[in-house]
Amino acid sequence: MEMVMFAVAAIIALASAVMVITVKSPIASVLYLILSIMAQSVLYVMLAGLFLAAFLILIYGGAILVLFLFVVMLLNIRYADMGSDSLGKLKPIAWTFAVVLLGEMVWVGTGVQAHFRGVDETFGSVPEVAALLYGKFVYPFELTSILLLAAIIGAVVMARKGL
Amino acid sequence: MAVPLEYYIILSAFLFVVGVVGVMISRNMIVMFMCIEIMLNAANLAMVAFSRHLQNMDGHVFVFLVMAVAAGEAAVGLAIIIAVFRNRESVDSDFLNLMKW
Amino acid sequence: MSDYLFIVPLLPFLTFVINGIFRTRLPKNMVVSLAVGSVGLSFIWSVVLFFHLLGFPAEERVIHQVLFNWLPVGNLHLDMAFLLDPLSAVMILVVSGVGFLIHIYSIGYMAHDPGIKRYFIYLNLFMFSMLLLVLADNLMLLFIGWEGVGLCSYLLIGFWFEKKSASDAGNKAFIVNRIGDFGFLLGGFILFWAAGTLQFTDLAHKAPEVFTIGGGVITAATLLLFFGATGKSAQIPLYIWLPDAMEGPTPVSALIHAATMVTAGVYMIVRLNFLFILAPTTLLVVAIVGAATALVAATIGLAQNDIKRVLAYSTVSQLGYMMLACGVAAFSAGIFHLMTHAFFKALLFLGSGSVIHAMSNEQDMRQMGGLKKQLPLTYKTFLMGTLAITGIPLFSGFFSKDEILWKSFSSGHGHVIFWIIGVLTAALTAFYMFRLLYLTFYGEGRYDKHTAEHLHESPKVMTMPLVVLAVLAVIGGWIGIPHALGGGAWFEKFLEPVMATSHGGGGHAVAAHHSASLEYGLMAVTIVLVLISIYLAWYFYRKNIAKATSLRQSLSGLHKMLLNKYWVDEFYGATIVRPIVNGSIFLWKVFDVLIIDGIANGLAHLVGDMSETMRRMQSGYLRIYMTIFVVGVVILVGYMVVR
Repeated sequence: MEMVMFAVAAIIALASAVMVITVKSPIASVLYLILSIMAQSVLYVMLAGLFLAAFLILIYGGAILVLFLFVVMLLNIRYADMGSDSLGKLKPIAWTFAVVLLGEMVWVGTGVQAHFRGVDETFGSVPEVAALLYGKFVYPFELTSILLLAAIIGAVVMARKGL
Repeated sequence: MAVPLEYYIILSAFLFVVGVVGVMISRNMIVMFMCIEIMLNAANLAMVAFSRHLQNMDGHVFVFLVMAVAAGEAAVGLAIIIAVFRNRESVDSDFLNLMKW
Repeated sequence: MSDYLFIVPLLPFLTFVINGIFRTRLPKNMVVSLAVGSVGLSFIWSVVLFFHLLGFPAEERVIHQVLFNWLPVGNLHLDMAFLLDPLSAVMILVVSGVGFLIHIYSIGYMAHDPGIKRYFIYLNLFMFSMLLLVLADNLMLLFIGWEGVGLCSYLLIGFWFEKKSASDAGNKAFIVNRIGDFGFLLGGFILFWAAGTLQFTDLAHKAPEVFTIGGGVITAATLLLFFGATGKSAQIPLYIWLPDAMEGPTPVSALIHAATMVTAGVYMIVRLNFLFILAPTTLLVVAIVGAATALVAATIGLAQNDIKRVLAYSTVSQLGYMMLACGVAAFSAGIFHLMTHAFFKALLFLGSGSVIHAMSNEQDMRQMGGLKKQLPLTYKTFLMGTLAITGIPLFSGFFSKDEILWKSFSSGHGHVIFWIIGVLTAALTAFYMFRLLYLTFYGEGRYDKHTAEHLHESPKVMTMPLVVLAVLAVIGGWIGIPHALGGGAWFEKFLEPVMATSHGGGGHAVAAHHSASLEYGLMAVTIVLVLISIYLAWYFYRKNIAKATSLRQSLSGLHKMLLNKYWVDEFYGATIVRPIVNGSIFLWKVFDVLIIDGIANGLAHLVGDMSETMRRMQSGYLRIYMTIFVVGVVILVGYMVVR
């Protein structure tokens, strides 16, 4: 049962990721990415990461990718192919190395032979994550907030007219 | 039947490579950017899987922070793309070649 | 008093430094007075030290002053130390005394030369180096003085360096000297390797134990040292620089190339006599070379027309005599002749300088004549010098030359052939010296009107030293009158403690005992031959100069060979100099320009080309950067996977 669930979610995630690259319309790309994110969140749930699953959908799918969508809409981007492709000659190299990378990582992956052991019910729940965030990882947490502040300011400045 | 750990890892690898290929292949900067997000997500998946395997919640916190940073990065990156778009009227990355020799 | 030995070389060194540093700021007169004064004071102090030394009993006449420990390196312990014994006492007297007279002469001779300050600076440096050389107590310190005088010789020969022939002559002198110095150094190394010390008194004690008589080591070392001496003292094969050295100012020729520097080789051999005694083969070589040089140089001098060249070849010839003396183990005779030669040769050179000065720098004797009336004082002193060098009895040259001739016959290392060559050379010497005298001072003047107007006797500052030297040339030999003629042979006795023979060293060379009558007989033969030569010179150059011209024409082949000095310079040039120069040009054009510059420039080009290629990586395209990025990641991950 679990295996089936995994297979479905995995296939959807992978396929939509591939579609992100291959479709012509940018809006379609974004939508496919959102689909992929949702499939991945299923996988997160299977891995007892409930908080993260919710987080993924809410923040990633709901905020970041919607942002992408807005940008695509506002800029009215169409699929347009013009001029010469800069990567023309290097395409074979790019593909080869990508495949090699895949091979390397798969090879490592198959070396990890393990099964999951049991965990408590509270594993991956919100209180647990909160305890860590505000306990052990309070410094990174606070610093991240400053990072986000910087990002906000940067984004506002960059996007202003008449810079 | 439980799913062994390596399945997740291999899936994460595949997703990552899809992201890599996407960055190299696509000309549209927005799509390029999204592929970077794909890569980040692949890494997150691997991290959660390992965290479950090691029964340590630190992985989850890490993923949380990664996503926060990804959000910030997305915001700034899109702001840059918008600024470039204003100048170039296009999001084709091949137009941005002023830094060549 | 013994503690102040170092003042002798120090004074000229101080004035060298002062004049050298403040040359532009000091007025000319001050530079000159400092320079001349310091040498004068050195001379006075040398005299004081000499008399102080006389006060010691004969066996203990040694003052050894150690200034400081100079080179304590491993087994080598060299001190900056001076040694005053009878030999070096004689030398410092000669060097500083004759040097002082020549300094005074130079005041007049160089009075109108713009480089007079530089001249006196170099001259002081020379005095310092020479005094260092003769007072050194070890071979390395001697070598420093040796090199110093070589340097000053170069500087002073090429004094008028704008003239190409002068600077070429300076180069030649230095380079030829250098070749000799190489031999000197090798000899010194062998000595140190064998004996472990270079200090003279230590060497003298150790030599009989360390070296086997006639052994290979000592022979090699002494031969190499002698080779160095041939360079400095202008013997065959390295005499070629001395005639060219006449390009320098005449007082320089007098001081350096007659009285002092060229005698350094002789001094060195005498100083190391205890080593040469142990190597009979070397002594034989020394004697042969000395005799040959004496004869050959005399023959060349017969045909030269430049007054200074005649005197230069005469110097080479007389140095040959000194070497012959050393070669037959008559070391004190060699030093005796060194001293008398310093007197009369300096006199002759300074006199010729006076002549040249009066003749508005004309040096060719064929343009001179009849100067006896115009330059009376110069003529009289020059005559004294000529009589001395030809060995007329009672003059200094007679006693010293005769001593050498007698010893070359009678000494255990001597041979009748040496005596014959010596006598022949004496005859030739008489001939060419009187030829010079007659051509220059007698007969009708062959110079033009313009020169005649400027003809005048030299000023007092130049003629006074001539007079002093003339007196010395006459009486200088009287301290060495041999027993056979009723004298006390004081000179030889004074130098006895320094000679190894007197200590019983030296093995089997014992002088055969000859009778006094044999000595008289040989002396008489010499005198007769000399008088015959003088008559011949008078006949050809005074009575009937036309006869000389016809003789020259009939012997034109021989004359040409002598005039061209047997083409030795040309021979060396073709066999040694040309190949080396060609080799250098080859090394320059091929090795340096093509290969080394090629490599250097090639590397630069390589870098340029590589960067040309590399910069194309900066394409500016995002995706290409990403691709390269991925390549890098793959490699890194691959490395980590494989490990």
